[in-house]
Amino acid sequence: MKFAILVNEGPYTHQASDSAYQFAKAALAKGHELFRVFFYHDGVNNASRLTVPPQDDRHIVNRWSALAQEHGIDLVVCIAAAQRRGMLDENEMKRQGKDANNIAPGFRISGLGQLVEAGIQADRLVTFGD
Amino acid sequence: MSDEIEMEEGGGVVKKFMFLNRKAPYGTIYALEGLEVVLISAAFEQDVCMAFVDDGVYQLMKDVDTSGIEMKNFSKTYRALEGYDIEKLYVERESMELRGLTEDDFIVDVTVLSSAELAALMAEQDVVISH
Amino acid sequence: MLHIVNKSPTERNSLDSCLRLATDGSAVLLIEDAVYAATRGNPGSTKLQAAMGRLKFYALEPDLKARGVAARVMDGVTLVDYGGFVDLVAEHRNCQSWL
Repeated sequence: MKFAILVNEGPYTHQASDSAYQFAKAALAKGHELFRVFFYHDGVNNASRLTVPPQDDRHIVNRWSALAQEHGIDLVVCIAAAQRRGMLDENEMKRQGKDANNIAPGFRISGLGQLVEAGIQADRLVTFGD
Repeated sequence: MSDEIEMEEGGGVVKKFMFLNRKAPYGTIYALEGLEVVLISAAFEQDVCMAFVDDGVYQLMKDVDTSGIEMKNFSKTYRALEGYDIEKLYVERESMELRGLTEDDFIVDVTVLSSAELAALMAEQDVVISH
Repeated sequence: MLHIVNKSPTERNSLDSCLRLATDGSAVLLIEDAVYAATRGNPGSTKLQAAMGRLKFYALEPDLKARGVAARVMDGVTLVDYGGFVDLVAEHRNCQSWL
């Protein structure tokens, strides 16, 4: 079956991103397809390359990046939500005239239409948030 | 499930989407960003409805003036939904009445449903996105 | 339909709203802080008990264990792991998260 996941909260403050990751891993382990993980609201903060958690804690951002690398999962960050919260990729950095970008490997910035499309294309869309 | 999904004339899939709003506006961003998804969904020609439950009914209040908190007033956007062919707006009666509100308090025309009616409507959706 | 609740019933009204708007025969999965609702003595357990005839309840065991309440789970609630969570989503034609 084809799943899609919506993550609405940032890392660490809420368990949402952890639950979403565990769900994604379990779905892949069962042989399901993961069409897309869409990050919205404060969920866009899951894509910050600058995240540095303590060494004895899980690295939520790297964990998502690794999932994307190993399984080819499409990790999409909402552009409007990202811009509000200071999340920029290289293109947006140039376009907005900013001096830095902070999107971690495996994530890409795109529009909200990608969420609606995920709802259409996937058999199930599961939301994690607060 | 896929057997029941309609196809539009162009051969694309038409799914039933419900955007379920349960949070009050301004205290958190969910109402505003939730509305942005609804507007985008209009471009995909799906069968879209919005439901307002719990504190979500407060999103529809008339007489909103946000000048004192320096936040964008997005009340008018609910009125603009009709222009996007998003015409099915449902309010749960129990949530509305619990908060001492009536339909006259809302900025836009809505259909008021009982919990049982809304529950049945939710159960028949293909996708429910809740904020 | 699968209803997913992640809020403690003594902090938010998500469980109440879910129980009010879940049609008979639906499944309710308790995850994150909602797992407290499935523990004996919690006010949420009384609500679950009253709805057990018409709804099927599940709770995510890793969340119960993480909160030190795995031994307090009430009768009638089925425990699942993340794989079981995935199965529940797959088995039901749609799902709703009561955030």
